[in-house]
Amino acid sequence: MRNVSDYILELKGITKIFPGVKALDNVHFQLKQGEIHALMGENGAGKSTFIKVITGVHRPEAGEIFLNGEKVEFKTPKDAQNHSIAAIYQHGTTYQFLSVTENIFIGHEKMTKFNTIDWKQMHKDAAELLKRLGSDIDPHTNMGNLTVAEQQIVEIAKAISTNAKIIIMDEPTAALSKRECEELYRITEQLRDEGCSIIFISHRFEDMYRLASRVTVFRDSQYIGTWDVDGISNDVLISKMVGREISQIYPKQQVKRGKEIFKVEGLSKTGYYKDVSFSVHEGEILAMTGLVGAGRTEVCQGIMGIERPDSGKVILNGAALQIHHPSDAMKAGIGYLPEDRQKQGLILDWGLGQNVTLSTLEKFTHGSIINRREERQRSKVLLEKVKTKALSVYDKASSLSGGNQQKVIVAKVLSSDIKVVILDEPTKGVDVGAKAQIYEIMSELAAQGYGVIMISSEMPEVIGMADTILVMKEGRVSRIFEGDEVKGITQEKILEAAMDM
Amino acid sequence: MAVKEIVRQAVSADGTRTIAAQRDFSWKRFILQWEWMLVLMLVIVNIFNISASPNYANAKNILNASRDFLDKAIVVFPMAFVLMLGEIDISVASIMALSATVMGIVYQAGCSMAVAIAAALLTGVICGFINGILLVKFPELSSMIVTLATQIIFRGIASIILETKSVGGFPAWFTQVAAGKFGGMIPYVLVFAVLEALFFAYLLHCTKFGRRCYAMGNSVTVAKYSGVKTDRIKVIVYTMTGLFSALAAVYLASKMSSVRPDVAKGYELDIIAMAVLGGVSTSGGKGRILGASLAILVIGYLRYGLGLINASSQIIMIVVGALLIIAVAIPSFRTSIGNANWFKKLKAMGQKK
Repeated sequence: MRNVSDYILELKGITKIFPGVKALDNVHFQLKQGEIHALMGENGAGKSTFIKVITGVHRPEAGEIFLNGEKVEFKTPKDAQNHSIAAIYQHGTTYQFLSVTENIFIGHEKMTKFNTIDWKQMHKDAAELLKRLGSDIDPHTNMGNLTVAEQQIVEIAKAISTNAKIIIMDEPTAALSKRECEELYRITEQLRDEGCSIIFISHRFEDMYRLASRVTVFRDSQYIGTWDVDGISNDVLISKMVGREISQIYPKQQVKRGKEIFKVEGLSKTGYYKDVSFSVHEGEILAMTGLVGAGRTEVCQGIMGIERPDSGKVILNGAALQIHHPSDAMKAGIGYLPEDRQKQGLILDWGLGQNVTLSTLEKFTHGSIINRREERQRSKVLLEKVKTKALSVYDKASSLSGGNQQKVIVAKVLSSDIKVVILDEPTKGVDVGAKAQIYEIMSELAAQGYGVIMISSEMPEVIGMADTILVMKEGRVSRIFEGDEVKGITQEKILEAAMDM
Repeated sequence: MAVKEIVRQAVSADGTRTIAAQRDFSWKRFILQWEWMLVLMLVIVNIFNISASPNYANAKNILNASRDFLDKAIVVFPMAFVLMLGEIDISVASIMALSATVMGIVYQAGCSMAVAIAAALLTGVICGFINGILLVKFPELSSMIVTLATQIIFRGIASIILETKSVGGFPAWFTQVAAGKFGGMIPYVLVFAVLEALFFAYLLHCTKFGRRCYAMGNSVTVAKYSGVKTDRIKVIVYTMTGLFSALAAVYLASKMSSVRPDVAKGYELDIIAMAVLGGVSTSGGKGRILGASLAILVIGYLRYGLGLINASSQIIMIVVGALLIIAVAIPSFRTSIGNANWFKKLKAMGQKK
């Protein structure tokens, strides 16, 4: 007997427990045939775990999954695949050194009658699939030569090559430019029109409004609700996701600008940046913005001694610094929060405590022995100060959500005695709630008299947080907006300086 | 004092999440330590040895047997550091050969034995330093390739210096170093190896240096961004390995009372095998000195026992190889036990009650 159901996919009462943590607590979800359904929630709300339950990676402790009204059980990812479910992840699970064709057909290669791989047919089919998606990627190229956006298109092609009827997209727009997003929207809508049902996870409201007809919100591992996108406002959604009203997204305190503490003069590195000069005062937040590739990160890495500049001076409290290595910069009092928290900021396999203290071990060392008790206490205090959501200093960094990982790195930066702090895209890939907390910390730092340098591509946060805005263009300082200029600044003015129209 | 004060502030501040700075003792974590497996292996090996030769079960014999593998043991600990960084050093046996050779010709040239030993140690330090510097200056080269090259070069130099001759005739006191025992029971060199193990355990587990090595093994980039002087650490670790290779060479020369350019051939494989069996990950970032120490005993006594039953050296090689595969396979098996569903179900049942 087959039950008739309105929903192609339905999950009821899903509970997933990891040691010590309830990752999903009695969660529901209903996906209609042919709809784009947005799934939203802060980092750590349980979205990723939920997806892994649907794709058969995790098996839930309780709950039921129905496909077209029929109860199913996914024991392995292969089971889910056989039921026409495919997922496209934010960090592609692609093979960089294999061709596009190989990536599309891996696991379900086409064979000739002699049981060898039928390359000709596969290349042809791959080209066709890509063409269907309106893309002209050459199926022979190596995956590694493609942009992130193109790689995603290949992943989508892979999904439809397996005849997937339910496609899950996990933050597909996070690394895309505006134009690439439009392309992705178009493809997503095309898939829907062809009869696929799509679960679309994103932090960006824009994505949701543009694509989805319904939205489901998770918070703290629980199901909060499902709404029609048409009938819900931004503010309501945010409060559902965060569980409280965020009164002020940019909690900027009014701080009196103190004396000049940090200055960069004529910093140059051939091929990267040229003649970069600026200064930062106590209590000032300086935002460095510009297009991606304008050289902002490179300048800061030059200041830190990660990739040393060819010429130029870095001056702290009036004294020129000799920086050969990041440790020199840290000793002098410059802290750096790197752009890529997983590759540059954290040892994912380590506990939070050891991550926090890695750059300041000498503080807990007597003779040459590390005092572990003192180390744990100190890291506990710092982690609590930045409101990290974790049970103990022994929690592995990899077990935390993106926003919380970022807070751990902030704690790590604060563990040194710094006067100036450089934050490189501090809110990239971080959810609304954690974002607000990071802004709060930034604001607090400025209030305590630190000089804060924030690299950011997000115009609203630049405008919302900065006292001074430095715009870079092609490796040079294009414009510095100061004082009253910043008060009346608009996105257009900044963009104009970044692109020099 | 200052630390205590801050703790109080954090707790009293409202709305703060508290994060535990301690963790409870867990039987599961305690039992699932690799070292227990090594202890088990060691027991099995010794039962085997006792059944192979009734004379074996005698403290004096067991202690004496250690002289067999102490030359390798001396290099295992610094090698553990090299592996910890995610690197490898396959030139250690050649460093031993070159150091021994240099010691031989310096002594032959009429210098005192002390000077000759100093020359050997200096040779080891220089060889290790060269390895380290090459790796730091050419970061695109893997340590496997670099030390493969220096392995050939160092032994090549030793062969040029001594050709196929051997140098002997060392003073009597020098040959006594390897044979000597405290109270007629405990070999001098065993005491040295134990002290060495303690020193390296201290260095790895208690000091900043050790923590930074662990960090580098996990991610060189994160370590560098955290202000760890990664290049310097790499050079120090390789130089240290060179020094201890030379020390092992001095012991070996004392044991054999002569030096030849082909001494210690193939030792690097046993040395690496001991470290890996000890739980030191070849991809870096994991491992403990206790494990390495136990693994030295397991492989050392296994070889000794196989010798007792007159097993051929080929058989010994096969057994050691098989053991190594088991050692690499078991940790992944162990994780799957740890994550097994029945374990969780059992736990869930316990919670329900």
